Amino acid sequence: MLSMLFLPLLAAVGIALLGRWPDLRETLSIVIAVSVAACAIALYPHVRAGAVVTVQLAEPLPGLPILLSVEPLGMLFALVAGLLWPVTTLYSIGYMRGHHDQHQTRFYALFAVALGCTFGVAFAGNLLTLFLWYELLTLSTVPLVAHAGTPAARRGARTYLGILLTTSIGLFLLAILITYSTAGTLDFRRGGILAGQLDPAWAGLLYALFIFGIGKAAIMPFHRWLPAAMVAPTPVSALLHAVAVVKAGVFSVLKITVYIFGTGFITDSGAADWLIWAAGATILLASLVAMTRDNLKARLAYSTISQLSYVVLGAMLVTQPGIVGGALQIVMHAFAKITLFFAAGAILVATHKTEISDMAGLGRAMPVTFGAFFIGSLSIIGLPPFGGMWSKWYLGMGTIQAGQWLLLAVLLFSSLLNIAYLLPIPVRAFFAAARDGTALTGIHEAPHSCLAAMVITSLACLLLFFYPDPFYQLALDVNGGK
Amino acid sequence: MIEASPSLLLVAIPLLAAPVTALLPPGRLPWLMTLVITWTCLALAIWQLQVVADGSVVSYELGGWAPPWGIEYRVDALNALVALIIAGIAAITLTYARRSVEREIPRHQIPLFYAAFLLCMDGQLGISQTGDVFNLFVFLEISSLSSYALISLGQRRQALTAAYQYLIMGTIGATFLLIGIGLIYAETGTLNMMDLNVRLADLYSHRTVHTGFAFIVVGVGLKLAMFPLHLWLPNVYCYAPLAVTVFLAATATKVAVYIMLRMVFTVFPESLVALTPTGLVFLLLGAAGVLFASVAAIYQPDARRLLAYSSIGQIGYMLLGISYGTALGLTATIVHVFNHALMKATLFMAIGALIYRIGSSRLDRLAGSARHMPWTFSAIVIAGLSLVGVPGTAGFISKWYLLLAALEQRDWLIALVILAGSLLAVAYLWRLVDAMVFQAPAADTQPPREAPLSMLVPIWVLVLANVYFGLDTRLTVDTATTAVRLLTGAGS
Repeated sequence: MLSMLFLPLLAAVGIALLGRWPDLRETLSIVIAVSVAACAIALYPHVRAGAVVTVQLAEPLPGLPILLSVEPLGMLFALVAGLLWPVTTLYSIGYMRGHHDQHQTRFYALFAVALGCTFGVAFAGNLLTLFLWYELLTLSTVPLVAHAGTPAARRGARTYLGILLTTSIGLFLLAILITYSTAGTLDFRRGGILAGQLDPAWAGLLYALFIFGIGKAAIMPFHRWLPAAMVAPTPVSALLHAVAVVKAGVFSVLKITVYIFGTGFITDSGAADWLIWAAGATILLASLVAMTRDNLKARLAYSTISQLSYVVLGAMLVTQPGIVGGALQIVMHAFAKITLFFAAGAILVATHKTEISDMAGLGRAMPVTFGAFFIGSLSIIGLPPFGGMWSKWYLGMGTIQAGQWLLLAVLLFSSLLNIAYLLPIPVRAFFAAARDGTALTGIHEAPHSCLAAMVITSLACLLLFFYPDPFYQLALDVNGGK
Repeated sequence: MIEASPSLLLVAIPLLAAPVTALLPPGRLPWLMTLVITWTCLALAIWQLQVVADGSVVSYELGGWAPPWGIEYRVDALNALVALIIAGIAAITLTYARRSVEREIPRHQIPLFYAAFLLCMDGQLGISQTGDVFNLFVFLEISSLSSYALISLGQRRQALTAAYQYLIMGTIGATFLLIGIGLIYAETGTLNMMDLNVRLADLYSHRTVHTGFAFIVVGVGLKLAMFPLHLWLPNVYCYAPLAVTVFLAATATKVAVYIMLRMVFTVFPESLVALTPTGLVFLLLGAAGVLFASVAAIYQPDARRLLAYSSIGQIGYMLLGISYGTALGLTATIVHVFNHALMKATLFMAIGALIYRIGSSRLDRLAGSARHMPWTFSAIVIAGLSLVGVPGTAGFISKWYLLLAALEQRDWLIALVILAGSLLAVAYLWRLVDAMVFQAPAADTQPPREAPLSMLVPIWVLVLANVYFGLDTRLTVDTATTAVRLLTGAGS
């Protein structure tokens, strides 16, 4: 576990030192990414067997150590991030070279740091540690967002930093402090630490501070940073803003729901009764906004906002299928959305097109890219035979079990909206002619490494439909395997 | 009396060394001499802290006259911690200062500069050691007078105005303090702090004592740049020579905070302080200071001014901690005194390195410097994060305790003010980062080189200290806890 956290951080140093030899630098990135993925896989059977590994790094405040410990939910998140990192590295080599980007060394180094912070979030053993890595993740990704150095990138970075720090310091930290001063501890415990300590009347307010304070979960109205961050290079958008950063947010929400409040306490106090509608509203509104966006990455960003709220919704249902569905959604959405971002980046590298309306007819020139995009879309929508179906399935079960029929309707309607804003893109690319009638000659597929990455992730989407079991078992373990 | 000797030596060594330094020939020798003295003082301060860290109190009677007649040096954990801050910052500043002093100070004045520096440090160390209020006033004047001289040595002509402004305000403050001390002396006939505490307990309702208390609080408030008595501070930090800015920013106001703690909690009995609106005044002024100064910092066109306003805001935090008067609040204040000294010294040193290479600290002149001075820039970022209070840095620890103290009192509004202060800190530091990273430098400027190693090494020692004291708080928090126990224990 420690190696997963510190390998990336060490790698960052190595990458920075090897900056002068690009081949060596990228080899190192791949090697480290693959070995971290191997570590994650090696750790998996231990966690399934119920082993508890804890490492205390330091104790800055009496009784509040910086503690790392692994449990099923963290394992699930770490596994997703660990598996997708090597793929993304593969992709970014093709992308960055194809795009002739500047400052590639800084890019790879910070990328590794961000991944290290993500594993820190995944393995955080108490709320203070989680907060520490959460903030470090924000800070280490700011330079990646501002990578291009253009005024637009600068504005994006400012929005990104502004919203994430305002919510985390203004609300999240306050919520942590209130938790600490009432419960006297910040440990993650099964069943929560607040039950019996906090007046149920205040539980809703505290829960709201957490939900909105974790700005990375992008619950409206604190979602603006995510579209703003799309100025980043596509591999960053792909891994960080479809997997690591946003998932760190919803992961924290799940973790706080299960291990700080405890599902029982939330049900008893009714903390989530009205908050759940914030998640429901975000699902619908973000989907609607996504339909109006012509820039491909912006549309994907709003789609992400909508999909993230599925996880939050699952957490707030506090039923067993809801939690399982939320946890599975972290996995399924990660694999599907990264495929879509890879495709968007491939289109950009190959054709320099960013607007959806310009992409009609491109499918015949770039069949692999748009094929992958099609598969990713189907998985996001939740159609079989793709992994995305399982998370939607369990979330739907969760709403039924909780008797929230209206929320079930929200989920189903949102799936329809997903169809409406995602599927036209590949369909028009394959079957429509270019708008201005120009022949799309001279356009080829993106570099091979980009294509390979896309194929891997879209195959994974397919595979996850037939073999969701490793993740499903972990998700079951989260709430005590009832 | 071997335990008491560091206390005496801490005051005596710099005092004796100062005239010797003044007589040395200009060149490197005065610097070397001062460097050796400051590091010696640091070693003594560390030794002293180890002696008193367990909560014991060391007393030394000057000239063999038993207190309350003679002057007593009385050292507990709080005194030792303050002395450690002063000596530590002085030592690291001196290590850093040689090049900037050689550039800023005319050659023939260099020995005098270092002599004044030693006197300034000596005054502050004396304040931290003495257990006698009049002796404290004397040391305060020693450090103030020498700092007026040091500030006026600044390169720009505005340095003279800044020093003059500080002289006027500082003298008013010192006079108020003296009047206050005079009044309580007239009532009690003693100047020894412990003795005063005992005698004032019976006199707490006397109008004269109350007047004395008010004079002392306002006088010290001027010295610590308590909002709205802060007007002298931005100019001083902006125009003084670099090394002086670093040293004063890290220590001068902190020493004043220490005096305030001693006066409110040791000299005056709790029964008297409880009768006065002191807590409320500190609370309101502290909160106003945090908000006002942090907002003002956002609009400063100069990095040094920006940090100066930030300092005023940080003093607001310390006042908030004092205002609660609880164990948590005082711990927060004392820890923040230490941590803020660390981060402000780092920031001012890094800005100093920029000035050394670029020649100005105006934000528009710093444009694009991050690319050419990456180490200096990273130091600013890390120290800045500490100032914001990001977990894993020293600043987080003090914010954490302060917020806990506010929540303990169910004081939601103040908790929000503290958090808002953090966010405002993000805003003004972003301006600095924005200027250094994203702005394009003017076309005709030479790209600056990275700062010299003699500056970078001390800067990075402090940067690492910022991170270290965010992860291992045994020194800061444990000492502060001991100090608070003695402070509140002595008052009740």
